[in-house]
Amino acid sequence: MSQKYEFSFPVKGDNFDDAGKASIQIKKRLKGLGITGDVLRRTAIAIYESEVNIISYARQGNINIRVTDDNISINIRDSGPGIADIKQAMQQGYSTANDRIRKMGFGAGMGLFNIKNCSDDFEILSKANKGTLLKILINR
Amino acid sequence: MNLTLLVEKLNLSVVCGGDGLDREVSGGYMGDLLSDVMANSREGNVWITCQSHQNIVAVSVLKEHAGIILVLGKKPDDDTIKKASREGIPLLVTELSGFETVGRIYNLLHP
Repeated sequence: MSQKYEFSFPVKGDNFDDAGKASIQIKKRLKGLGITGDVLRRTAIAIYESEVNIISYARQGNINIRVTDDNISINIRDSGPGIADIKQAMQQGYSTANDRIRKMGFGAGMGLFNIKNCSDDFEILSKANKGTLLKILINR
Repeated sequence: MNLTLLVEKLNLSVVCGGDGLDREVSGGYMGDLLSDVMANSREGNVWITCQSHQNIVAVSVLKEHAGIILVLGKKPDDDTIKKASREGIPLLVTELSGFETVGRIYNLLHP
């Protein structure tokens, strides 16, 4: 019998005080579902980077996780400014982060690159002034 | 090797998380860019950094680090101490530079 689990976490934009809070909670839940090792490691990195992206660039967003016997599918939706040039945004080192964000050690231009590295499948859908949807798939 | 021994050998000051000093240190990672540390540090690592703001705690919790060492006598922010205490992450401070800290720890782990 295959089982499915699905849950969502809202993330508030510009709330750097709580950066990582959603990721920590999600990781705990995934551990509780028996996910361990490299799959858990990759999932935690992908979710953390997505969470930080919402906080850095969007007003608000949502992280949705679906877990099946075969994979973990993560959809991150935000109502941010959108990504003008996705190819450029994917380049390691490219970032539009401001000084304040960089001073905290964020905005190194590694986030999307890290997510891609941790995913078995990764897609970005984005519309200017509407928002961005990241679709991440990690096989178990 | 556990953190207690590192504290002794490097004369680190323990800011908080003293209950976790029996944790085994699997190795270390040094970095100040959070994405770099997320991507490349490993479970059980001691993280050496000069970042002292509260966001280092979430990274350490997520990566399940043994603890964090702040270099050059950096004083952690109050929020950082509060969060690290709550999460049980040992927060340690050294007057040494990052280079010297890493070098000494490396020698202890790889005698």
